[in-house]
Amino acid sequence: MSDDAMEYREPLKVKPVERFSSSQIETVHRASMKLLAETGISCAGRTASEVYRAGGCRVEETKKESRTHWQVYFPTQLVEEILKLVPSRVVLGARDPKNTLLLDASSPSVYFGTGSEANVYLRSQLKKFSAEGGHTIQYPVFTEEPGSIKALCESAHLMQQLDQVDFFIRNVNIRDESVTPENKDVNVFFASLLHTSKHVQGGLTDPEALPAVIRMARLIGGGQEHLPISFIVCPIKSPLSMVADSSEKVISIARQKVPMVISSSPQGGSTAPIQEEGITAQINAEILAGIVLAQLAGPGAPVLYGSVPVRARLDTLHDCYGAPEFVRYAMDCAQMARWYGIPCYSSAGVGDAKRPGMQAMAEKLYSYLGTASAGAQYIHYAFGLLAGTNIFSPLQAVLDNASVRLAKDILRTADFDEEGVDAAVQEIQTAAAGSGMFVRGIRKQLRRNRVSHPYEFVSEDEEDRVFAMAQQKLDSYLAQEAEGLSEAVIRQVRGQIPGLLPIETWKGGSL
Amino acid sequence: MSRKETVRDLEHSIIMGHIDSDDEGYDGMMEGTPGTMELVETALEEGIDPQDILTVFNEAMDQVGVKFESGEYLLPDMLASAECVGEAMEILEPKLAAGSGTGKGKFLIATVKGDLHDIGKNIVITMLKGAGYQVKDLGIDVPADDIVAAVREYQPDYVGLSALLTTTMIEMEHVVKKIREAGFNGVKIFIGGAPTSEEFARKIGADKHCRDAMDTIEKIEETRDVS
Ligand code: B12
Repeated sequence: MSDDAMEYREPLKVKPVERFSSSQIETVHRASMKLLAETGISCAGRTASEVYRAGGCRVEETKKESRTHWQVYFPTQLVEEILKLVPSRVVLGARDPKNTLLLDASSPSVYFGTGSEANVYLRSQLKKFSAEGGHTIQYPVFTEEPGSIKALCESAHLMQQLDQVDFFIRNVNIRDESVTPENKDVNVFFASLLHTSKHVQGGLTDPEALPAVIRMARLIGGGQEHLPISFIVCPIKSPLSMVADSSEKVISIARQKVPMVISSSPQGGSTAPIQEEGITAQINAEILAGIVLAQLAGPGAPVLYGSVPVRARLDTLHDCYGAPEFVRYAMDCAQMARWYGIPCYSSAGVGDAKRPGMQAMAEKLYSYLGTASAGAQYIHYAFGLLAGTNIFSPLQAVLDNASVRLAKDILRTADFDEEGVDAAVQEIQTAAAGSGMFVRGIRKQLRRNRVSHPYEFVSEDEEDRVFAMAQQKLDSYLAQEAEGLSEAVIRQVRGQIPGLLPIETWKGGSL
Repeated sequence: MSRKETVRDLEHSIIMGHIDSDDEGYDGMMEGTPGTMELVETALEEGIDPQDILTVFNEAMDQVGVKFESGEYLLPDMLASAECVGEAMEILEPKLAAGSGTGKGKFLIATVKGDLHDIGKNIVITMLKGAGYQVKDLGIDVPADDIVAAVREYQPDYVGLSALLTTTMIEMEHVVKKIREAGFNGVKIFIGGAPTSEEFARKIGADKHCRDAMDTIEKIEETRDVS
């Protein structure tokens, strides 16, 4: 089937808000080109340095403390030529073809999904608290649990059911004792694909696992043209360095032509300048260096412009997501990516707060709105993340689903034409001459899906019942049966893919 | 300038994180005035005893610590001051009477094999230098054998290990074991990084776990007091 004839998951279409003027964009582009040409990238990977050299970069070998590095200098013309090879449309497949995503750099259409590899899984349970005078409230209590395969399965199952989640990035670090660096990748992808029919994305711990992961995805994808999986690689260590093993992952994934995010995550104030023009010029240079590597290794390889700029906290220099810069940086990168014609992987919706609550809500809401308004195609980190990116809370994910729905509804483009305006004029004239009421008109717009719903968790009485309602919803989702794979496919995968561990489901069964 | 004035200016320049005359300092007004580097040179020219200069460093950093604890200073402010002392120590060190040194000791530090995270490690280095320790940084992704070889070469009083991944923190255990097996039983091993804990330090036989840079300074000063 050609990509045009395919059915895609419905994105949020926006009219992008652009923070940079066109001359500011060009200045940032020139600054990045200057960094790449004059300072270059300090590359720790021998293979990558060879690919760069063969592709026309100037490469100088240097030794620091008995370790060899290659300083790679990028002629601007070469970078600009290579960027022409980058596909502007990337299709991300899914087990259920209806969940296939189309990321088109020329169209500011936005998808939201999960992210991070949280070490902590935060369980919640409602408790009743009472005060003098017979007042009671329900509030959740929380318990932290180390990430595990079971928690990853539960989380994939929940994300399958949350309607605003468009894709699933493995969001829990599996820390079971039986997990080794060699078997981690197949188990992460298997646990995820078993529980969600949405697109699944993850990193690669062991480059050797690549063929097995792709083979498994083929078996599970069942002969579809687009694999239900893709990869994230962060080959950059800011400022301007490239890591040996990740640069090799870029090369091997690019050769397979499997979609891949090439990301950089500098921290404004500690590993990049804190001011937006500085961090944007730097991250842009870093991502482009990674993309050039992918294109030299596999010309035309589908890649996403992986921008994860964050800001440093000023008291500890830890990463900070509640600061407005987190949103501004992301918006700036979305605009740069669009200018280059490359689909943008971006980030929004991380709470610095350690528990669900008002702080987390405030931190997340502004960032959903800001980042999505810039038209980044693929927004990760958006569900359940707290304590920076260290905690995943299912309860928070249910709350976030409601918030993302609101953000999407606020941002969707005004999609009317002259005919619509004429119809409205007629409606106004009729009502003005008659009853003065427009109630009939509501039904028509409801049927056309043009009336938004208020916030999902509203209370009729004085008590704020957001947590109670969200927890009930969470419990009901978790009680559902998984929309899993058929026994036959599971058997086939287990028969052909070595290293798969037994999967114990959160409901007590095993797969 | 009188010696007293020099000492006062030096202390002030450290508190203001004013490293040299090109730097604008804490209040943004100090560009063009002598900074820590120039003032240390002046102090030495005026014949001020290097040991007394060291005392100025310590007193200035104590005040900076108080400002940080009270919230008046942010971490970048404190690091700017620590950097002044760290750089100035390079000038002062050779001038201190042989043997007396700073007396504080040598600290060897590395991010363990498989791990590339170094923001936290770098902060710790700046603070340690600011507190007068001599620091040797082996960088990131350092194999256990290289760390042991460096311990042999530099004979440090302390070894610091950093890891940010649950998969690489396990590597710390190997490093501790190898250092001890090589017979370096006196060297104190400090560990840090988000996934590590006091309990983990105990389990792998490290001497101290440090939550952050300030905690590191407190714990290292404690071990010195004890010894
Ligand atoms: C910045 C960052 C990066 C940067 C690193 C830049 C750099 N120069 O260090 C980049 C983008 C390169 C990166 C890469 C990766 N990262 Co990373 N990263 C982080 C992040 C966001 C912040 C870490 C940080 O710098 N904190 C700020 C400093 C100040 O705090 P600190 O390190 O804890 O240090 C303080 C103390 O711990 C202590 N201390 C630290 N070291 C020492 C040592 C001694 C001796 C002492 C005494 C004290 C001490 O003092 C410090 C100062 O106060 C964390 C998330 C988090 N919140 O921890 C993820 C995080 C650590 N990364 C993570 C991951 C998964 C990765 C990647 C694998 C990503 C990927 N898929 O490619 C790669 C790994 C590369 C590798 N092999 O190491 C995960 C780890 C999960 C796990 N498995 O355990 C985390 C937790 C994020 C997440 N939730 O998913 N990362």
